[in-house]
Amino acid sequence: MHDAFAVDLSRLYPYGDTLNDGKVQLSFTLPVPADERAQAAAAEVAKNLGLSEVMVALTKPLDGQFTFFVVYGKVTVPVDYEKIRVFKVESKTRTMAETDDLIEEKIGRKLKVIGAACGSDAHTVGIDAIMNMKGYAGHYGMERYRMLEAINLGSQVSAEELVRTAISEKADIVLVSQTVTQKDAHLGILTEIVDLFEAEGVRSDIVLICGGARISHELAKELGYDAGFGPGYFADDVATFAVDQWLAKRER
Amino acid sequence: MGTLRLNEPLIKRAREAASVIARDTQTFIDQHTTVTVERSICRLLGIDGVDQHGVPYPNVVVEHLVERELIGYGAFNLILDAAAAYQLTPQQVAEGIADQSIDLSHIPSFDPLDRDTKRQKLITDAVSRIKRNREFRDQRVEELGENEALVYVIVATGNIYEDIVQAKAAARQGADVIAVIRTTAQSLLDYVPYGATTEGFGGTMATQENFRLMRAALDEVSTEVGRYIRLCNYCSGLCMPEIAVMGALERLDVMLNDALYGILFRDINMRRTLIDQYFSRMVNGFAGIIISTGEDNYLTTADAFEEAHTVFASQFINEQFAKSAGLPDEQIGLGHAFEMDPALESSFLYEWAQAQAVRQIFPKAPLKYMPPTKFMTGDIFKGVVQNTLFNAVTTLTGQRVHLLGMLTEAIHTPHIADRALAIDNARYIQTAFAGLSSEIDFKAGGRMEARANEVLGEAVTLLEQIASEGLFNALSRGTFAGIKRRIDGGKGLDGVYLKRTEYTNPFEPIFSMKEVWPHA
Repeated sequence: MHDAFAVDLSRLYPYGDTLNDGKVQLSFTLPVPADERAQAAAAEVAKNLGLSEVMVALTKPLDGQFTFFVVYGKVTVPVDYEKIRVFKVESKTRTMAETDDLIEEKIGRKLKVIGAACGSDAHTVGIDAIMNMKGYAGHYGMERYRMLEAINLGSQVSAEELVRTAISEKADIVLVSQTVTQKDAHLGILTEIVDLFEAEGVRSDIVLICGGARISHELAKELGYDAGFGPGYFADDVATFAVDQWLAKRER
Repeated sequence: MGTLRLNEPLIKRAREAASVIARDTQTFIDQHTTVTVERSICRLLGIDGVDQHGVPYPNVVVEHLVERELIGYGAFNLILDAAAAYQLTPQQVAEGIADQSIDLSHIPSFDPLDRDTKRQKLITDAVSRIKRNREFRDQRVEELGENEALVYVIVATGNIYEDIVQAKAAARQGADVIAVIRTTAQSLLDYVPYGATTEGFGGTMATQENFRLMRAALDEVSTEVGRYIRLCNYCSGLCMPEIAVMGALERLDVMLNDALYGILFRDINMRRTLIDQYFSRMVNGFAGIIISTGEDNYLTTADAFEEAHTVFASQFINEQFAKSAGLPDEQIGLGHAFEMDPALESSFLYEWAQAQAVRQIFPKAPLKYMPPTKFMTGDIFKGVVQNTLFNAVTTLTGQRVHLLGMLTEAIHTPHIADRALAIDNARYIQTAFAGLSSEIDFKAGGRMEARANEVLGEAVTLLEQIASEGLFNALSRGTFAGIKRRIDGGKGLDGVYLKRTEYTNPFEPIFSMKEVWPHA
């Protein structure tokens, strides 16, 4: 790469159209009428965020009481990229056929997967994307796996019902989906599920995974799950991790 | 508007099959009542409020009837008997049941003439209040006018007072219909919460007081903006007819009200839902409320290209169920959406063809067209483009209720600016495209016609198959949205009861317009 493009990873800035220009765009609404004072207030919001060279590109009245802004500015505090550490699921994703072959060879029976959208959550879009035969965006769901027996319990499954079913069905893998996360509704139910599995003394027998729009691997681990899958993961990612984890548990 | 040459005999066959399906199911519906149908009758008789334990009085009364195995007679008969015997209002009867001073299995004798006078008055009170609401709405629409395409946005703060601020802002920005999204899981409550509420997850409780507060706020803003702003809520779940009654009493204008949605997407028992939807639709029909059906949801789980015919099929079924409940075409707001994978080649062509076909098949229905959700990502900038293409199809095909897509669909409940940007986008397309659709002729025998007729043909095959096996069996085989439901599975079956021969619901014939009230 050309020398002029030497990124200093210990002092990282956003990139607009020149290295280290620090340019960011943001948009927000203030609950005041659209006038010069509102515009000055919007600039102040940006300055308070640590931006310099603030430019309010749009000041637009939404109605008499609210004003919408698009603001550009320059970030003045760099990030030390070298020191950033993230938690993520570390496994190289296998294809459906590879996972099926691995289960057949190493386990010699079908693994049973139970999945549900739990608590008050009525949205099955996440669990369906992972479990339904058809899958999502060209990635087949677990129902299509030859060596997985996938049971999708659907939506609004209580923690008790999930744990009871997992035990009676002798599930190997349990998937918990949470789509509704307003006001952190998902945290309570996710914790409740882990606690119930622990209380029943079966937590260590199963691979427990959660997923959803605002689920991160880090959060999942913190709550006591084996893994968490946020947006952008498919059935093959989840199946790969689940089978590896199942094998690892057996070796212990 | 240019039209597709659709295969008319296929449309006729589809309607016939759907009508067979609805008729077969109707026999079952007519023989049964449910706890929420009876509670809705309590509400029509003016029973409201909660007892000292916070249980709504309609639930107190109906649980009492269930415990004493009297529900087969219908709440109406017994409440009226008690009102005549004790000289009390229905509300006082309910309170008497709550404090155990009244037992409906031991009602003293009463004067039948007095009972009949009370009967006339109670029915007249309820019916005339709903009629007045309907007349008031008609009058305001006449005075203020409204847009041809109704721009529909949602508010969902959880707090009715905050919802009001956002709803008024949206109306000033150009919205015509405000839908207050319900808090998650309210559909599974077998009662309707009471009073104004300020807490909810992903939405706000549907309560009668919340309805009243929001309708009053929208009346105010309607005058200010010079358009009648319509209020929409959700008449689905385990309390369909009760919410319909509350909406009729508080002058809601639009109600989500699907015959099959609760079965498929909330796992509510199919018998329960089919009975509940019937009375709820009669109430909506009489109240002049536009119902919206939920076919758009099918394709959030199934594929819009491969499964488009299930949307058509369900629309034909929903139409027939609505007609059996006495709804006129002008109030049957069939819902649809054909959001396709943006990566699919010619997706815009197929989507346009399907939306145009639905428009032509149901010419008088105030169709509700739903925006992209399934393929929305965190890329809000691409999201704006997806919504714009959707707005183009909506405008070109003349959909009556234009539900707006939010650029932040996959991220959070809409911020106030998201809604305003969506309205700007829709108004821009409506203005820019004005007059365009009447300049368009579809190519005879072209891909769009072929696509529309292909979907129609598949819908006919499916409908005829359902007609031969029965709706209950079709649902248990996973015909819609790939979801299978057992006949005796799901929630709420324990609230279904056989009617006795003495059973009466005097509102049924009035609401379905088979009987004129008051009697001449």
